[in-house]
Amino acid sequence: MTTAAVSSEGLSKRYRIGALHGAYGTLRDSLSATTRRALRHEHRPHYEDIWALRDVSFDVRDGEVLGLIGRNGAGKSTLLKILTRITTPTEGRATIRGRVGSLLEVGTGFHPELTGRENVFLNGSLLGMKRREIIQKYSEIVEFAGVEKFIDTPVKRYSSGMSVRLAFAVAAYLEPEVLLVDEVLAVGDAEFQRRCLGQMENLSQSGRTVIFVSHNMQAVAQLCDRALLLDGGRIVNDGPSAEIVAEYLQAGHGSGASRVWGELDARGDELVRLRSARVLQDDAVAGSVDVRKPVGIEIAFTVLDHGEPVFPKIKVFDRQGDVAFNALDTSSRWQGPARPGEYVSVAWIPGNFLNEGLVSVDVGICSLDGTKFHHRAAESDALSFHVHDPGLGDSARGQFIGQVKGVVRPLLEWSSEER
Amino acid sequence: MTELKLEPRERAAQPPAAPAPRPPRDERVTVIRPAPRWPHLDVSEIWHYRELLARLVWRDIAVRYKQTSIGVAWAVIQPFLTMVVFSLVFGKFGNFPSKGVPYPIFTFSALLPWTFFASAVALSSTSLVTNRGLVTKVYFPRVLMPLAAVTVPIVDFFPAFIVLVGLMAYYSVWPGIGLLFAPLFLLMAGIAALGVGLFLSALNARYRDVPYAVPFLIQIWFYLSGVVYALSSLPDKWQWVLAVNPMTAVINGFQWGVLDTAAPDLGKTAVSVAATAVFFVLGLWYFRRTEPRFADTI
Repeated sequence: MTTAAVSSEGLSKRYRIGALHGAYGTLRDSLSATTRRALRHEHRPHYEDIWALRDVSFDVRDGEVLGLIGRNGAGKSTLLKILTRITTPTEGRATIRGRVGSLLEVGTGFHPELTGRENVFLNGSLLGMKRREIIQKYSEIVEFAGVEKFIDTPVKRYSSGMSVRLAFAVAAYLEPEVLLVDEVLAVGDAEFQRRCLGQMENLSQSGRTVIFVSHNMQAVAQLCDRALLLDGGRIVNDGPSAEIVAEYLQAGHGSGASRVWGELDARGDELVRLRSARVLQDDAVAGSVDVRKPVGIEIAFTVLDHGEPVFPKIKVFDRQGDVAFNALDTSSRWQGPARPGEYVSVAWIPGNFLNEGLVSVDVGICSLDGTKFHHRAAESDALSFHVHDPGLGDSARGQFIGQVKGVVRPLLEWSSEER
Repeated sequence: MTELKLEPRERAAQPPAAPAPRPPRDERVTVIRPAPRWPHLDVSEIWHYRELLARLVWRDIAVRYKQTSIGVAWAVIQPFLTMVVFSLVFGKFGNFPSKGVPYPIFTFSALLPWTFFASAVALSSTSLVTNRGLVTKVYFPRVLMPLAAVTVPIVDFFPAFIVLVGLMAYYSVWPGIGLLFAPLFLLMAGIAALGVGLFLSALNARYRDVPYAVPFLIQIWFYLSGVVYALSSLPDKWQWVLAVNPMTAVINGFQWGVLDTAAPDLGKTAVSVAATAVFFVLGLWYFRRTEPRFADTI
């Protein structure tokens, strides 16, 4: 079939920075600003416009699986939000033929007090399923999620893995003509992710159209026919997914090896702000790193005030989205109360430690809150980089050329002797 | 060598036979375009989403009865104790006018529609922010949120109504012909609450002051609605002004039905009906106008 399932013409989305500031403002601020303008005959204040999406046009064929890639802030999520009608475009239009389904983020639409069964019905209706359809597919959904035993237990007692499975199962059985998926595969165990990918594969084989946003480049390359690379709100590359992903990874900056937060999108609270984060190797920013050499995760942040002790922390994920490890700076510098100032911390991940593939990193500035980390300033997926092995035989894989399993791949010291 | 294999997806390798059966294609076409300058209410879309509306109402009721240990009893205890307190304070000590019926039953019959209205306004005004997670993550006509919130307190009305019937039997008060109109007056309270709720919930999506203002607003409104005293005992020149408050007509009309008190004045009721319509249209207009920005500002 050659009909376009999704067709977008010049979609653009503008955010006003002035408006963003006003977003959490109080009524008083707005009223007083209006009064001031009226009294002083001022014109409306000059807003700074940010185009989160600019003139994005593309067609997706019926049955095509399209990947949307690009670093954070490139406009992927905005585009998906427009296609799912959560927000309206400022300009342009898009047409979608057939029933649209979107995969909700974990927990969205789940009410913790309700049981699994009740939540299946609630979530199904939120996704636009009719009662009749939900009843029809109910047992398949529960079976796919693997939560039969707990289906009459309130969801608040579920592990996050169980919630995700149930949420995905509902969406997977919606059988939409067009399925929009945003980064769900970042959660759940590897086995479940495989099943999700399988279910998406099934959908596309039965002629469904899928638009898939992900930072998981391997998933995009494997699952999608075609990929769009977005940058600065525009489509900068469009083609077969494997090619686009390869180009994206090769261009170091595109892999999210460095990240800067401006005043407007600075992450943080009244005590700390994240300023920038970078992946370093051999004294340079690196989107692709040599597995044999140490990798530095540099975090620059500002402490705004005196306050309780804070410390930088990183959380490293492997290509499956599983947590490889958490690491925090335990040095004495961070033991005492926080003092105002600009700080730069680098966490060194030793060489011959990570496994190959795409690694993503959450960075944060935390303080301790009993048995939990209180993330004062944090960004998920702030950085990502590709770990590669030049294959010279001096790494942990030795002469082995197959796939080495494991979250990490340390080069251990062996002692062997002949008895 | 490296693990990240970037091979193109090979469709041809799939067995070509037996394509998965698929249900008949849904021919719905969704057109996405910038927000219209002049918003309108898409009734057919709301109809399409009616099951979700029912589900949302059901969710709120279910959650409430799961979270509270005495559940439905609250719907009875609250107005009943309020009635007892009002009867003592305003009826016994204050000697407030009560249209010639025993004060407890006068105030209880006013409390029923009033409680419904007040809860409907309170719930609907925060409905968007309470459901922020849904509003920013999934599409559905946003009007459903305040609409569901206005529907939920109807559930509390029925148990309280049974208590009213008991009180009527106790005081030997009989309903009149006006009882037939009582549902219409309640509907009017619902529409007025929805109008106010639409406006306040949209305002709340942007300004977080609303939850602070609402209890205050409801309190003032309470004294202007004739729950604790008969409005008819006020000077005539005020009657027309008070008629702008839809709740005056609702309470008058409801009492006419259940207590067979004097029938409401047609002219003043017409003013209240018109005011209800204005509240509703303005609320809806503001809601629809700001709706495209909800997900961005909430």
